[in-house]
Amino acid sequence: MMNPPAFWQNGPAPGNFYSFPNMQPQMKPEESRQHSQGPVTTSTSILALAYDKGVIVAGDLLASYGSLARYTNCPRIFKVNNNIILGASGDYADFQYVKEFVEQKIITEECLDDGLFLKPKSLYCWLTRILYQRRSKMDPLWNNFVVAGIQDGQPFLGTVDKLGTAYTDKVICTGYGSYIATPLLRDAADKKPQLTLDEARAHIEKSLEVLYYRDARSFPKYQLGIIDVDQGVSIEGPLEISQNWNVAYSIKGY
Amino acid sequence: MSLALRPSFPDYESVSKHNNFNPYSDNGGSVVAIAGDDFVVVGADTRLSAGFSIYTREQSKLFPLSANTVLGCSGCWCDTLTLTRILKSRMQMYQQEHNKTMSTTACAQMLSIILYYKRFFPYYISNMLVGLDDEGKGCVYSYDPVGHCERRTFRASGSAGALLQPLLDNQIGKKNMLNAKEEPVSKEAALSILKDVFISAAERDIYTGDSILINIITKDGTTEETFQLRRD
Repeated sequence: MMNPPAFWQNGPAPGNFYSFPNMQPQMKPEESRQHSQGPVTTSTSILALAYDKGVIVAGDLLASYGSLARYTNCPRIFKVNNNIILGASGDYADFQYVKEFVEQKIITEECLDDGLFLKPKSLYCWLTRILYQRRSKMDPLWNNFVVAGIQDGQPFLGTVDKLGTAYTDKVICTGYGSYIATPLLRDAADKKPQLTLDEARAHIEKSLEVLYYRDARSFPKYQLGIIDVDQGVSIEGPLEISQNWNVAYSIKGY
Repeated sequence: MSLALRPSFPDYESVSKHNNFNPYSDNGGSVVAIAGDDFVVVGADTRLSAGFSIYTREQSKLFPLSANTVLGCSGCWCDTLTLTRILKSRMQMYQQEHNKTMSTTACAQMLSIILYYKRFFPYYISNMLVGLDDEGKGCVYSYDPVGHCERRTFRASGSAGALLQPLLDNQIGKKNMLNAKEEPVSKEAALSILKDVFISAAERDIYTGDSILINIITKDGTTEETFQLRRD
């Protein structure tokens, strides 16, 4: 590829910034397009559990730059309408980009004023398509979305990842939570298939606590989204994770 | 100063490291199908996984395309979701254009063409299309990701495919047996062999387990059955 010569030794070329040592020659925008190579401002796990009359979703408020805890007040669970809660982990900017689309869908729908509202399965399906389309362009939206809602009086819980891989289940955790919280929540859901809201909430809070001890990218401030057949949607928070570090004194050998 | 003499400052590296994005994932799953003279049975495990995580224990990988055609998919789940959605609409378009349901053999040809259409960015799926042919005989079509298609009477595919195919060759094809006479397999025998091979697969393959969903296709239609496997 041809670049114009620098103005002086190791100096900037016309139309370019100063060249730092070991810099690779930059490709011009018209020749190539830079696609997202990876997430930048990231958020960690989302935990979700379906109970007998609804779904409970939890996620902390941290957005990190790698290992740096950069932004500590980034909500990533939001109410879409009276049928749906959407949670997301992964790149926070990509989440905000998708969130704007979803919010515009809701506004457009409200303007129609036909008494029909977006249903969780529709949003879930729509998300699989936009995420699959972006992965097929090799320019993925670096997110894991969790769709929680009520459809036809039944709790709905589904997830879509950055490839468009989608599935529904009673227990869904993303990120590090899929390794630490999923076994705890699956165990609880297997032992008692029809959990009550209070039980589900206790299990989620315990999982968040365990996750906070072990996930170095987690944060003690979190939000809790609850969608219930009777009580509708509520987003609670910021809440505080209960923590007890006394066990730390008993850990030896490191 | 030549490039080689310049000191390297990783913090000032202005070109981002190539975090190679992989558009495919291996979500595991196995599909086994056995055809007889007037029936075909197909079973798929219900575990959806990636790496060492089990995404869900109850994901059906069988997709009914018509009253006597079923598609079993394993491999990259996001591609499966897309492909089956395309097939569903193509089935509907055929129905509305010709006012008849597409035959299993036509479905088999269409699937091959749809797969080859994406030859250079394939759907990473092991497909198995089963159904009854125009004479009412059971048929099993198996595919590679780019659309190579082959008709067989029995086939195992997916994450435990390589593990199970020799077992089926022996048990149904009567291969490598002394004095074994080849005779058409009965529906009951096919079902019990299907369950047995999945039990074996669940023992050795971490991507196969939880339970199997079985579809039995006869001239009277499709019936479903489930069977529990180990869940670890």
